[in-house]
Amino acid sequence: MTAREDILSRIRAALQDSPQAPQIPRDYRAASELDTDALIELLVDRLVDYKAQVAVVPETEVPARIASLLDGANSFVVPEGFDAGWLAGTDEGGGGGSRRRVDSPAAPLSVAELDGIDAVVTGSAVAVAETGTIILDGRANQGRRAISLVPDHHICVVKAADITGILPEALGRIDGTRPITMISGPSATSDIELERVEGVHGPRRLDVIIAR
Amino acid sequence: MTTFLGMPSLPAFGSGNLFAGESFPTAAHRELGNAQLRANLGHATHTIRDKRQAVVSELPDWEQLRDAGSAIKQAVMSRLPELLEEFETNFTARGGVIHWARDAGEANEIVAGLVRDTGETEVVKIKSMATQEIGLNEYLEEQGIGAFETDLAELIVQLDHDKPSHILVPAIHKNRTEIRDIFLREMPGADPALTDDPSVLAMAAREHLRRKFLTAKVAVSGANFALADSGTLAVVESEGNGRMCLTLPETLITVMGIEKLLPTWQDLEVFMQLLPRSSTGERMNPYTSLWTGVTEGDGPQNVHLVLLDNGRSAALADEMGRSALHCIRCSACMNVCPVYERTGGHAYGSTYPGPIGAILSPLLTGIQAEENNSLPYASSLCGACYDACPVKINIPDILVHLRSVDVDSKRGKKKVPSQMDVGMKAASWALSSGKRLGLVEKGLPLGRLAAGPDRKITKLPGIAAGWTQSRDIPAPPAQSFRDWWAKEHRNAGDAPGTPEAGPSRTPSPDTKETPQ
Repeated sequence: MTAREDILSRIRAALQDSPQAPQIPRDYRAASELDTDALIELLVDRLVDYKAQVAVVPETEVPARIASLLDGANSFVVPEGFDAGWLAGTDEGGGGGSRRRVDSPAAPLSVAELDGIDAVVTGSAVAVAETGTIILDGRANQGRRAISLVPDHHICVVKAADITGILPEALGRIDGTRPITMISGPSATSDIELERVEGVHGPRRLDVIIAR
Repeated sequence: MTTFLGMPSLPAFGSGNLFAGESFPTAAHRELGNAQLRANLGHATHTIRDKRQAVVSELPDWEQLRDAGSAIKQAVMSRLPELLEEFETNFTARGGVIHWARDAGEANEIVAGLVRDTGETEVVKIKSMATQEIGLNEYLEEQGIGAFETDLAELIVQLDHDKPSHILVPAIHKNRTEIRDIFLREMPGADPALTDDPSVLAMAAREHLRRKFLTAKVAVSGANFALADSGTLAVVESEGNGRMCLTLPETLITVMGIEKLLPTWQDLEVFMQLLPRSSTGERMNPYTSLWTGVTEGDGPQNVHLVLLDNGRSAALADEMGRSALHCIRCSACMNVCPVYERTGGHAYGSTYPGPIGAILSPLLTGIQAEENNSLPYASSLCGACYDACPVKINIPDILVHLRSVDVDSKRGKKKVPSQMDVGMKAASWALSSGKRLGLVEKGLPLGRLAAGPDRKITKLPGIAAGWTQSRDIPAPPAQSFRDWWAKEHRNAGDAPGTPEAGPSRTPSPDTKETPQ
């Protein structure tokens, strides 16, 4: 008997008493009733609690905000599908435009190249206000997972329309079979005497721009 | 009538790091002598439990989420064969490869074989209870494959050649100075000027592991959840070491217990609310990664999953105990347990310590394995673990059940009854009628005599000595309550009931139910 057959038959034998699957009570909250302003306020509160930096700006001011956050960066990477208009302010910075690297499925950067890049700018799929969570699902405006992981500074743009109140709403909006990363603040550890230290292996600096 | 089912009738128990090598009281006694350990544990468990309470109180529907979580897990257990097959179909359809392992040894061989196939001799690892359970690191070491733990606490424990003592914060038994000393001693190229500031120590770990992450070709992980309807796996973490391992290498090998399944994507919304708040006391953990087989151009292109039985099917066969398999490894039960808080995780011997370990380990290995029959007694049955459990595992009930399994397993083996057997027989006789109890209570003055002038009994004989080892028994009263009652009411002449029947209970007005 193969291990597979063996294990499945062990399990069937263990269930000889034929336990019935219960009805799942789903009377927990399915959605929140907050309006856009309240959602933004809650998300900001949670993100700040996680030691992320947050700015809420009108959509027209996103390019200026990105440019100023990238002020000190010698290089940054963006996914190919990132809104080019949002990068309008970054060409004038130090390095004269050559500091921008574009990662694409046709020409992916190597891990070593990513390690030499200071920052990454991505969009996002959906956010959860109650838990301060931003979900990336690898669509063109976010790129593959490695680019938002290796550079030490992640600048992430969240559109107000993509902010949900609670987790069930957010998960309902995404396709679970895509490569998904849920981010709630910069990387952190509490492994030494439970003292929280922000910034370990993931990006140590997380800047969130909420575009309304 | 017997039915031949054509399948193994004996439960197949698990192997690996699931055993208490010595009895719990012996191990606990030794651990209690470590004052540093007790101080660290007391601080840690109280801090996490306070944080947990604060974030749990924020959710108006916490109890509804617990009910849903409990029901989902119950459904998983009752439908396990079909859900495993459904998961296998979906995971395989998206380019993943599934392997099945009956026990620890088989799982280790599969993983080592997969690593060998890549030609690599090193793997990076994400903290994983399953690989701890099967002793994967030690096995790979024997096979000439270096396994590098990348979670900070696991790294500390590995560098110190120690064992984890808590499933969430495995190095909680060490303080910052001890950790600094381990780094200086064991970490090649550690800065001799390293301080014991946690942020400095975390940065030293980052430096140490960065090169490994960027060059590793093979990663080994566990999984927190597996979704049957999509074939998706999930890892919940904080530091980003998980993302590094799940994203950068070419080959990813995940080892997961068969009980980790959830039926649907929708179920994740329940468990991703229950787990972080119960575990670290955060609204959400910093990073959660989900992957479904292979995604072209994103992450490992060679993706394996080892599905591990190792005693889980045996635990499932125990109708009373099977809900122990609902555990999502949050560690909330440990942080509220008065026993764990004092003894720490090492006293339990197994990979799984604390209240859940006290039921899970003997269920996976069988009650008669090594000293695991001592684990169900490592509890005062206070019930705090049941209250804290996000999936409502009734740990106290299962502890009592396993105690009876233990007693039953010893029955008929011994010719000479033990002191406990004699004591239980005597108690059963005395407590079976009021008359007999009254007779025994006539002996109370003897107890007063034994207590002597300081009115304390400080040493009982035989196995009862365990009781007086750490406390005195006050001298018994001159008469029993029942004698007192009988005298009082004989004099008053209006006894509301006989002592045998007990006092009748008339509700007073202020205890009557009032509509809310």
